[in-house]
Amino acid sequence: MRWVNRRPRRGNRMLLGAIPIILLIVLYLAVAGARHAVNPADKILPLPGAMIEAMASLVTEPDQLSGEYLFWADTLASLTRLGIGLAISTLSALLVGLVLGILPPVRATFGPLVTGIAVIPPIALLPILFIAFGLGETAKVALIVVGIAPFMMRDIAAHIGALPREQIIKAQTLGASSWQVMIRVALPQAMPRLIQAVRLSLGPAWVFLISAEAIAADIGLGYRIFLVRRYLSMDIILPYVAWIALLAVVMDLALTWASNRLFPWAHGADH
Amino acid sequence: MSALLSLRNIWVEYGEKIVLENVSLDIEEGSFVSIIGPSGAGKSSLLRVILGQETPTRGSILLDDVPLPGECGPDRGVVFQRYSVFPHLSALGNVMFGLECKQAPFSSRLFGSQKRAAREKAEEMLAHVGLDHSMHLYPAEMSGGMQQRLAIAQALIKRPRILLLDEPFGALDPGIRTDMHALITQLWNEYRLTVIMVTHDIKEAFSLGTRVLTLDKRRHDPHAPHRYGATAVYDLELTRKETPKAADAEPEVSAGSITIDNNHNN
Repeated sequence: MRWVNRRPRRGNRMLLGAIPIILLIVLYLAVAGARHAVNPADKILPLPGAMIEAMASLVTEPDQLSGEYLFWADTLASLTRLGIGLAISTLSALLVGLVLGILPPVRATFGPLVTGIAVIPPIALLPILFIAFGLGETAKVALIVVGIAPFMMRDIAAHIGALPREQIIKAQTLGASSWQVMIRVALPQAMPRLIQAVRLSLGPAWVFLISAEAIAADIGLGYRIFLVRRYLSMDIILPYVAWIALLAVVMDLALTWASNRLFPWAHGADH
Repeated sequence: MSALLSLRNIWVEYGEKIVLENVSLDIEEGSFVSIIGPSGAGKSSLLRVILGQETPTRGSILLDDVPLPGECGPDRGVVFQRYSVFPHLSALGNVMFGLECKQAPFSSRLFGSQKRAAREKAEEMLAHVGLDHSMHLYPAEMSGGMQQRLAIAQALIKRPRILLLDEPFGALDPGIRTDMHALITQLWNEYRLTVIMVTHDIKEAFSLGTRVLTLDKRRHDPHAPHRYGATAVYDLELTRKETPKAADAEPEVSAGSITIDNNHNN
């Protein structure tokens, strides 16, 4: 049988997916073990025991200075920034993308501006954001918004612009006004695409969050990673990175699930 | 004039290219006009002009002796070959769309008794086209034939003055196509529709239509083929039995009804 026709069953698929991850962990343990055999005080590749020990104090004990559980405080701070940034981006992408996609005069007026903003590297704008908004939360959220919103706007606008012309015409022959075409034809069909755009933007959003936290913050997952880097504390950095990966995967799965659940027509699930 | 729709000296040009050249037609109420012709003869352009999707370069179109605005409107319904239905709405939602647009200009959603009334009307319409068991399916779950039935129901709920069909059965299997011919004939009789249908299928054009128009170029310049447009070269009136049992029944072409240059198309 050709490889293009081989379809692993559900159970086998999980197993196959787990193999590379397990191999990677085994490889890490082997290399770390070898290094520790030579130098028991090695900090570069810590063993799981050292990681658990280092993390335990961050997760379960309050910090002596602030009295906060640092790990949870970092997570909460980062997720709040990410959540606000994503929410603002998503809403603005929906509004701007919708009118850009469906109303040709608006597209002609604002399309070039959105494209222009989208091609600027957001990190280049970070100094401007810090100068304009100070070093507080606003600048970090603004960086996420500046970083991902233009891409999402263009994506939604392009998706709506690519709706079959026949549908728009048909809606008009059924008596729909511009407004009704927008909210009854374009908006519902933009929603699954919007969720896709959020999923694709999650990666860049995390990049901008960690960058902003690395440069100016006093709490946050990115801040902690860059802080403990000074002490070569790989036993904290690696669990933090794994935690970020886990959070990102959970968000991605939740978005996929929501899209399937809310817009079954877009996924051909019942076909 | 008793004609429902009148086209007066319609020209459609795309830059240098002339697609339709001086088309003049009168379409009677209750007629079923089939438009045939070779590819690129401007059949679909003519339909788009009548639909209001395109404005003619020259000439005017009158519906009930009133010039049509340069936009689509609810007085002209349409069924395209594909993409005629909304993929995000169930069959029922697709048919109710036209009612909701009219009755709720801002929210375009109905509530309470209005909603129930619209729903009943839509259910009745769906039953008419044979979709009474598929009301809650999304278009993606339907076959091509069912989607076209839905598209017809969706257009008819607005009771359009004219129903425009752009190769509506072109993508369907022959068997399904025969069913659809029976359906459209039945609806045409019941609702006293005026239908204009563009098709590639000559047999379909003759078996369904009461009048067959052939679009083609009268003149041809081999060095600049785009400089001459197409017009109605044949205009055949068919006498059709009032209630044909099968859509495939052979219609009779009445002797002497081949009328060329009826409307000074030259």
